[in-house]
Amino acid sequence: MDVVAAKQIGAGLATIAFVGSGIGIGVVFGNYISGALRNPGAASSQFTNLYIGYALCELQGLFGLLIALILLFT
Amino acid sequence: MAINPMEQFEVKPLIPIHVGGYDISFTNQALWMVLVVISLSLFLTLAVSKGRIVPTRAQSLAELSYEFVGGMIDMTAGPKGLKYFPLIFTIFMFVLFCNGFGLLPIAFTVTSQIAITFALTMLVILTVIVTGFFRHGLGFFKLFVPNAPLAIKIFLVPLEIISFCARPMSLSMRLFANMLAGHTMLKVMAGFVIALGTAGGAYTFLAAAPEALIVGLTALEFLVAFLQAYVFAILSCIYLSEALHLHDNH
Repeated sequence: MDVVAAKQIGAGLATIAFVGSGIGIGVVFGNYISGALRNPGAASSQFTNLYIGYALCELQGLFGLLIALILLFT
Repeated sequence: MAINPMEQFEVKPLIPIHVGGYDISFTNQALWMVLVVISLSLFLTLAVSKGRIVPTRAQSLAELSYEFVGGMIDMTAGPKGLKYFPLIFTIFMFVLFCNGFGLLPIAFTVTSQIAITFALTMLVILTVIVTGFFRHGLGFFKLFVPNAPLAIKIFLVPLEIISFCARPMSLSMRLFANMLAGHTMLKVMAGFVIALGTAGGAYTFLAAAPEALIVGLTALEFLVAFLQAYVFAILSCIYLSEALHLHDNH
């Protein structure tokens, strides 16, 4: 197979990383909301943890994007 | 018509300067950074220069951001962390304004360059390392040894070391990739509008759909711009807090 074509396919495959990222963010926010509905008083104190969890999940997807960019532009 | 969505991230020299073989030209990136710093300084100085008891809108905005960052440091790093308020506040406001300015239609997004985000990250990480060694001496290495039974410690110590070494990359990557992905998405949508709008016939009306999507996505980008500045600042706080307190709770 042509190297350029293989790189393009690889870049496309690398974006699959966002599947995991999406699931992770869904779990983080879903659990936060279900927890916040059970105990609204404690919800605001966990706001920081919510966004740390969100940031960590999102990062895993962004690593896939990084690999795609490296494949496309180097 | 080929529209390259990555073209917006090109660094173009505005005033070429070459000193001793090094290219230190004044680029569009430098121009936007200067604009960000000037507007940020003007906003923060002019808003509180009068110091009214009943604040104006600008003054309450400045006070709000000050208290927001102050509360964030107090919550994550405790009272000891407030010594690092100037650093965190500067980083937060700089990243926030860079992200915000990047959303102006003709603007260059400074934080979409990994050189900028990595430089900001190194500032934080070096502060963490210097603070850690300054406060704890060689005891700073205890950061890599969590409280756990010995059998688990053997596995956890390499993991902690890897996690510490990956931090500069992850912190800079997050901000850079978010800005890059968001702005690329906006430009790709704009490309759809142009392609449909120039296709002629009934397609012209269909161009309204991606156009409406751009409006929604721009609103989302404003949220992301704030959120990434917040996440960057809060993770810096957490890293600083670890260097200040090691593993004991504050």
